[in-house]
Amino acid sequence: MKTADQNISHSKEKIFLTDVWLETLGKRSEAVLLPIGALFVGFLTFGLFLYFLGKSPLDFYALVYKAGFGTSFSWQNTLSRTAPLLFAALCVALPARLGLMVIGGEGAIVLGGVTFGVLAGSVSGLPGIIAILLLATASMLVAGVWIGAVGLLRHYRGVNETIASLLMAYIAIALMNHLVEGPFRDPDSLNKPSTAPIAAHLRIGDIPGWDVHWGLIAGLFCCLVSWVLLERTTLGFAARIAGGNIRAAQVQGLPVGRLILCFTSLGGAFAGLAGMFEVAAIHGSANASLASGYGYTGILVAFLARQNPIAIIPVAILLAAFEASSGLIQRRMGLPDATVLVLQGLVFVSILLSESLYGRFRIFYPVSQESEK
Amino acid sequence: MTETDLGLWAIPIAILGGAIRVSTPFMFVSLGEVLTERSGRFNLGLEGTLIFGAMTGYAAAYETGSPLIGIMAAAFTGGLFGLFHGIVCSLPRVNDIAIGIALMLLGMGLAFFFGKPYIQPVAPDLPSIEFGWWSVIPQVKAALRVNVLFIIGIFAAIGLWWMFFATRIGLLIRVVGDSTNAARAMGLRPALIRAVATAIGGAFAGIGGAYLSLFYPGSWNEGISSGQGLMAVALVIFARWNPIACVWAAILFGGAGALGPALQSVGLSDGYYLFYAAPYVLTLCVLIFTSSPTRAMTGAPGELSITK
Amino acid sequence: MSSTLFSRRNFLKVSAALAGSYALGSMPKLANAGSHGLTVGFIYVGPKDDFGYNQAHAEGAAAVKLMKGVNVVEEENVAETVDVQKTMESIINFDGAALLFPTSFGYFDPHILEIAPKYPNVRFQHAAGLWLADKHPMNVGSYFGYIGLGQYLNGIVAGHMSNSKKLGFVAAKPIPQVLQNINSYLLGARQVDPAITCQVIFTGEWSLAVKEAEATNALADANCDVITCHVDGPKVVMETAAGRGSYVCGYHANQSPLAPQKYLTGAEWNWSGVYTRMVQTVLDGGAIKNFDRGGLAEGYIKMSPLGPAVSDAARSQFKDTEAEMLRGNFAAYKGPLRDNAGNTILSAGESLVETDISLESMNYLVEGVIGSTS
Repeated sequence: MKTADQNISHSKEKIFLTDVWLETLGKRSEAVLLPIGALFVGFLTFGLFLYFLGKSPLDFYALVYKAGFGTSFSWQNTLSRTAPLLFAALCVALPARLGLMVIGGEGAIVLGGVTFGVLAGSVSGLPGIIAILLLATASMLVAGVWIGAVGLLRHYRGVNETIASLLMAYIAIALMNHLVEGPFRDPDSLNKPSTAPIAAHLRIGDIPGWDVHWGLIAGLFCCLVSWVLLERTTLGFAARIAGGNIRAAQVQGLPVGRLILCFTSLGGAFAGLAGMFEVAAIHGSANASLASGYGYTGILVAFLARQNPIAIIPVAILLAAFEASSGLIQRRMGLPDATVLVLQGLVFVSILLSESLYGRFRIFYPVSQESEK
Repeated sequence: MTETDLGLWAIPIAILGGAIRVSTPFMFVSLGEVLTERSGRFNLGLEGTLIFGAMTGYAAAYETGSPLIGIMAAAFTGGLFGLFHGIVCSLPRVNDIAIGIALMLLGMGLAFFFGKPYIQPVAPDLPSIEFGWWSVIPQVKAALRVNVLFIIGIFAAIGLWWMFFATRIGLLIRVVGDSTNAARAMGLRPALIRAVATAIGGAFAGIGGAYLSLFYPGSWNEGISSGQGLMAVALVIFARWNPIACVWAAILFGGAGALGPALQSVGLSDGYYLFYAAPYVLTLCVLIFTSSPTRAMTGAPGELSITK
Repeated sequence: MSSTLFSRRNFLKVSAALAGSYALGSMPKLANAGSHGLTVGFIYVGPKDDFGYNQAHAEGAAAVKLMKGVNVVEEENVAETVDVQKTMESIINFDGAALLFPTSFGYFDPHILEIAPKYPNVRFQHAAGLWLADKHPMNVGSYFGYIGLGQYLNGIVAGHMSNSKKLGFVAAKPIPQVLQNINSYLLGARQVDPAITCQVIFTGEWSLAVKEAEATNALADANCDVITCHVDGPKVVMETAAGRGSYVCGYHANQSPLAPQKYLTGAEWNWSGVYTRMVQTVLDGGAIKNFDRGGLAEGYIKMSPLGPAVSDAARSQFKDTEAEMLRGNFAAYKGPLRDNAGNTILSAGESLVETDISLESMNYLVEGVIGSTS
């Protein structure tokens, strides 16, 4: 805020180019400061909620810090929960660039995981890295087709993508349950029906020296790739135009159908990777625990990050830290596990409300303010 | 109990009974959503409203001993959620789908947070009417044990239909839903009408939740809703924004949901997960076959974000 | 593992001290009372007041809480994902727990097996896991009760009370534990009348209220007049079945308050006794067995008091069989026995006693059960 203030006084003596620069700076700082402000309003509201219930908000946030970031274990706890959220959020953010609201990423996660679990046995003769790459491709393919189909249904049949992806998530989970408890159940998986355990050399391990699996690095990489795709390529540019107004984009001759297919299936493929890492790095086989709600938390992450792939990274870490601290809060403050859900909901509402404040704070618009005078 | 083996007749009777039992929450939520969407708003948050309604309904019924007060409490809190959604969405640049998801999260969070002490106690159930008195077959009697809310829901659907297509208020709501500009030109206040419609829609969803906790399955716990609120929103598109069609869609969906257990009870039990997915597959197929890429869907309100 | 070289006694003492000092050193302000005495952590997969699986364990935890020199920390709704792995570590690191009871079936493989080697000084006690000396770490133990025997007793009462000669069973998933309960329930009933059958409906989920209610209704529609279940929280099944006029037999915990007139009896866990015993062993510096099982006689399970509707004939056969079980080595599975696809399970003269470990990998439904395992 302060820098913007200073900028105003400076701009008086500067030439036109500086005005452009200032305008950009103003908008950029608005895009960063407004969500952060909204985040704190959300925290504050939740603090009041706790206060009125007779619990100490300070203790609460101290515990969140302690369990989320306070020790090296806390960081590892937070970061191991971050990876699936990165992928799941990309599954929302990429189609959102075209104005599509895909909320069924959970289905793609589940199918990506089950694909890995089911096929792992048939490529276990290959060297680890090749087999894993093959399996990852298969997982991404299946999950990509699943969400890509949502995009195609939207484009060619006009089926609402929000509803279709939701329905397909239910169907995907039923399919996964059928596969892991029916045709692909390992008879030795006694009390937790699963596919056959994947071979040791197909398991994905931890980042050396850390108790966090490689999915985190892959997730960060995918966020970067998505950002480059959206911000630095013609494809991303075309998507932004189409996202503004699909009909106008069609009139201009943009291949809207192909754009939709591309972005939905890429989002799905990323979600498929989340499922794959769950199987390869956590469970060691595909089972019903694949459907554990990462897809739904991913929606939250993507919206809080305002669909920006780079912003997804800190937001995913923050939400992972909340989840990492949920247990300690339960044990120390006697608050129910749903406490974190309430906090997430309040923060989400607060961030969305802040959308209507863009352009309201003159401080971010030094140039236009001056011209008005 | 008298012994009556119905053989394969058990399936249609079970589906009928299941349709009546399971459909009511779908019916209430989708009727509420029809009202909301007819005014040009999309409220995806009704899942959260439903769950919060289930919790407050159960808690209020337990504390007061009266399921009726439970229903009213659920309707009231549902209305508050709806009102909040309605007001927030009238601010510029606020996305109604996203707010819906946020309120779904908040509703669930608050319901689980405050609902902890009510998982154990047993609250009084809602009364039901025995429409199967004429039959000697216990299965038919049970299938036709109809809860009052189911009947109220049907009357509410007829009432809404009449309101939309035969009254001035209904016309105003439809005008607001079809074109904000036209509504403004007529001197209406679209934001106000939408906020009220969303609030009443929320109240409907709250009642749907109270049905879950107070009648069927009739207890409060964190797994009480398996996405009924979300599915009901999908059913509105399925029903083409027609309240009467919503009743049919809800009954069809409820009946399809009863198919899985019914088939197992006559010995068809292979691949039951796939039978359980039947309602979702059915809904998706109907959506695919009835949608069109070129024209807006018949009956769709013009201002609705999801069909624009 | 090399850890077998050390005695468990030293292990737990050292671990408690280590973990305690860690908690003190790292969090001066927020450390709770966990830094004194033995801290025991309980982890549940669902809400701990669900009238079922989790409540049964939480009742055990409540009994442990009353013991001197013991602190109990509990966490509910912990998913069988990385969530439970990190929850276990969090309880160890922040609360200094030296003994953990992660109670859900799905916590064992891979989650406990993944975390346990990292904390050799902490003891992980898992319900229902199949601990194998040659494969699994020594600081992991598995315990369980022959709850199938409880379902066998349920079945005896059900067999007497059923008019339609058809019983109903609402089951979550076709896993060995559940299959064994279904089979035992029917075999108990067939002690009364060999013509009795049992209809099973799988809901596919451990906790899904509406589906459980629908399954119960479908059973009532199919004339099943004594219904029991194996889902995490039996509340919905009990209330729905009683509402349809069927008798009910409980499972996991005592559900008689939910349907006092229709409740016949129930197979309950008796974790209070088991947990206090295990914790006492640790306090005394002794070693908990890595593989521990028990039934009625050992106090692992108990039966709900018989309900008012139970007939005298049912009561006496129930009491006789219970007395027989208390003498130990009870065999519910006796040849000739076939599964419901016609394959022979046991030839005449063969039998499986309660301690037989092959019961824990059961993958069939016995003849007379209507339903299939996949």
